[in-house]
Amino acid sequence: MSGTGPRESIFPTRMALTNTKTRLKGAQTGHSLLAKKRDALTTRFRAILRKVDEAKRKMGRVMQLASFSLAEVTYATGDIAYLVQEQAKSASFKVRAKQENVSGVVLPAFEVDRVPGTDFNLTGLGRGGQQVLRSKEVYAKAVETLVELASLQTAFMILDEVIRATNRRVNAIEHVVIPRLDNTIKYIISELDEMDREEFFRLKKVQGKKKRDADAAEAKRKADLVAQEQSLEPGPAVDAAPVVEAFVDDESAPVDLLSSKDNDVIF
Amino acid sequence: MATGHTPSKDRNLLAVIGDEDTITGLLLAGIGQVTQDQRKNFFIVESKTEVHNIENAFSEYTQRDDIAILLINQHIAERIRPTVDKYQQAFPALLEIPSKDHPYDPSKDSVLKRVQKLFGE
Repeated sequence: MSGTGPRESIFPTRMALTNTKTRLKGAQTGHSLLAKKRDALTTRFRAILRKVDEAKRKMGRVMQLASFSLAEVTYATGDIAYLVQEQAKSASFKVRAKQENVSGVVLPAFEVDRVPGTDFNLTGLGRGGQQVLRSKEVYAKAVETLVELASLQTAFMILDEVIRATNRRVNAIEHVVIPRLDNTIKYIISELDEMDREEFFRLKKVQGKKKRDADAAEAKRKADLVAQEQSLEPGPAVDAAPVVEAFVDDESAPVDLLSSKDNDVIF
Repeated sequence: MATGHTPSKDRNLLAVIGDEDTITGLLLAGIGQVTQDQRKNFFIVESKTEVHNIENAFSEYTQRDDIAILLINQHIAERIRPTVDKYQQAFPALLEIPSKDHPYDPSKDSVLKRVQKLFGE
């Protein structure tokens, strides 16, 4: 009868009922908290999504501009690719990661960390120094955009992962944990009711048997009395009458009590 | 959480896989770093560079722990698309950038594809 759906294997007692109810309450609180967290993250996620989309498009334009400035350099000074590759030694353009906290999720954000001075002091010394300088600036700007985009994208990846995990938890609580606790509570309640009914039935049986025994005993006593009256002379029979009455009173009192209780219990 | 952000502290370099022009420009901006043992943080891809070399460079840069952002030209990412699409880590952040000869196509970007998918649902 309580076999509908999975439940915990637990012994149906009032204690277990209290415990399970507490756990159900806890699960419901947890569910609502997680749902709130998920909503907060999703809001943030949507905002980041939009920004990522925007930044990606912006990056296309910026990189185009940068390529153009490099073309200018090539026009002015000739091919500097080899020179630049050989002279690159240590990075002057670095990033630094800082953290931001969104509902307990740490999102990294990159910051540009530029050291003045470059490896390419001699590039464009002959001619085209202006263009080289300008190109450097344009590319630095472009890379800044890229770094910004990278932090957005990283935040996007991490948030995506966290939202998935949170969703899994919310769904697990909603569709597995809470129904299970519900079933357990129903099971315990039905078992306890069943036990109550059995107990009531048992009491009724005991009561019925007691009553029957009492009736039998009384009938026997009455029969004995009648027999005594017949056998004895009238004198002592008057003496015996109050004794009989006392007996009857004694017997009828519990019978009345039981029957009145019956009326109560039967609803 | 703690394991998630501690490594990001030491990551401060950018790495590039790209064609010569892109790399020249980015090096001019000053991202180039060559270590004592001649390990570079940029990899030049020409038309005759073989795919497995690109993949090697890609996996090297994604496994190095001093690189925060990996830039890759989109047309090169296209050549190793399965590897790029499989890449899901947060660090280093993978960024597909346009090159001079190949304008940016948002529909091919592995991240933007995910963005579109999420907007579409």
